[in-house]
Amino acid sequence: MKSDPLRSAGLRHALLILMAVVVALPLYLAVVAASHTPQALLGHFPLLPGDMLLDNLRTVLSVGLPGTIPVWRMLLNSLVMALGITLGKLFISILSAYAVVYFRFPLRMAAFWLIFFTLMMPIEVRFFPTYQVTANLHLLNSYSGLILPLIASATATFLFRQFFMTLPRSLVDAARIDGAGPIRFFIDMVLPLSRTNIAALFVLVFVYGWNQYLWPLLTTTDAGYTTVVMGMQGMINAGASFALPRWDLIMATALLALLPPVIVVLLMQRWFIKGLTDSDK
Amino acid sequence: MTACPTGAASLKRNRAKPRRVVDAAPFPHRVLPYFLLAPQLAVTVLFFVWPALQALSGAFYQTDPFGLSQQFVGLSNFASLFEEHSYLRAFRVTAIYAVTATVLAMGLGLLLAVLTDGLLRARGVYRTLFIWPYAVAPAITGALWVFMFSPQVGAGAQLLQAMGVNWNYILDGDQALLLVIAMTAWQQIAYNFLFFTAGLQAIPASLLEAAALDGAGPVRRFWTIVFPLLAPTSFFLLVMNSVFILFDTFGLINIVTKGGPGEATQTLVYKLYQDGFQNLNLGSAAAQSVVLMVLVAGLTIVQFRFIGAKVHYQ
Repeated sequence: MKSDPLRSAGLRHALLILMAVVVALPLYLAVVAASHTPQALLGHFPLLPGDMLLDNLRTVLSVGLPGTIPVWRMLLNSLVMALGITLGKLFISILSAYAVVYFRFPLRMAAFWLIFFTLMMPIEVRFFPTYQVTANLHLLNSYSGLILPLIASATATFLFRQFFMTLPRSLVDAARIDGAGPIRFFIDMVLPLSRTNIAALFVLVFVYGWNQYLWPLLTTTDAGYTTVVMGMQGMINAGASFALPRWDLIMATALLALLPPVIVVLLMQRWFIKGLTDSDK
Repeated sequence: MTACPTGAASLKRNRAKPRRVVDAAPFPHRVLPYFLLAPQLAVTVLFFVWPALQALSGAFYQTDPFGLSQQFVGLSNFASLFEEHSYLRAFRVTAIYAVTATVLAMGLGLLLAVLTDGLLRARGVYRTLFIWPYAVAPAITGALWVFMFSPQVGAGAQLLQAMGVNWNYILDGDQALLLVIAMTAWQQIAYNFLFFTAGLQAIPASLLEAAALDGAGPVRRFWTIVFPLLAPTSFFLLVMNSVFILFDTFGLINIVTKGGPGEATQTLVYKLYQDGFQNLNLGSAAAQSVVLMVLVAGLTIVQFRFIGAKVHYQ
């Protein structure tokens, strides 16, 4: 057999560690920047973190930068939007999947294809006409306007539908013999059995919701609704307008903006990977 | 859009398999299902169907910027769109961006997947170290990288300048595009790594053992067995990476370059944003929306075809 450099576990680990360091570099530099005074960031870039991290975090959280709202309020807006999108998506998707799988009714397939249609319409494609509709409905500068246009989901509906179709028919027959109606069956059987699917989708959709940028940028002109991801632009503008650029505060905000979804993905890694790759099994 | 494969797969798979649901209705109710579907359909009609129709009709009209008058102009919005130099340029920028960032992200993702595959120790640790960028918003990725490569203060910029590179992406269009491509690849490695890892794990060990017994070395085994068997995964990732770059990179570009310098990093979605919301060219924006919808529809069909083919070959 030919000798293979990749067969040596030591070399593999060395390469992998090198790659992990490269991947982590942008995050490390952000931590370094967020933990120094702005003066320390001029000239040669410091290699090690300083001791200002907590001070900087406190400053942006409670005060923000000139022209921006405090970051704690941005985080709150992001949380409301992300949770609203997540719960909304899960709610309407699980209900429609239940309807399509457990009932036969006229126009069932038409409804199904209508939902399928949304698959082809990410917000980045339809934002321009959707903005006009949202404005007509007087939903600009509101949480509803941030959330509602993003909660229709073919993906989640299909995932639930696929899962429901794997549940044995005898389950529903037994429930009916016991006298359970569709709502009882949904609450007592379907919902508990869908736990892992709900968890998997929760992670995916929460990250999707938290990380929205374009839609909040268009629909919220009132600074009170700024989300932290979309507020990054204003932070950079405000921070760079000082004679001494406040990269320390900008990077502290960036850390606060990326931490929640990263924590959710890492803590719920198993569900996240299940949600992501379910289709590919 | 990230979770799209799920739906596509489920739909297609159910078509390929014998149907599991007995055709008699599990529940006989006729009205309840409409109530269950109502919220989803309401959102779909309000925020998807209606806007799509508006874009379609708007694309055939010329509206003045104040919305006071409208005039039917047939296909002339599309005609002038495809004559517009900067629109064709946005197509080209998007294509270059999509191809290079996809190739980079897929290559690195595959490398990481191959390196971690079969390791006895620390696989979970590596997975954690490699997947976290997936959760970072593209706009925040942009912020981290802008700081890293900002010509005045960035550590990366200082390194490049010390190496003699005349680094200033704010003035140099090629450097700007390169920077955007690099950070997009960084963002997407996680996704490709996860799917390639799943793809590698699905390859039966017996196949590789048989080849090894026949005297095929590891490199040969990779190119003759592993690589072809990863083809469906690769094709799927090709589509998903393209979709991400086409549509999900707006925030990144908005933070890093705003489409500039000049129009060096202006993608199709970014141009639509500028024409629709900054130049208030409504007819052109509607036509651009329609073009994007056709693009996504095309990609969705490609994705379906492929997943069908995969089920078939397996």
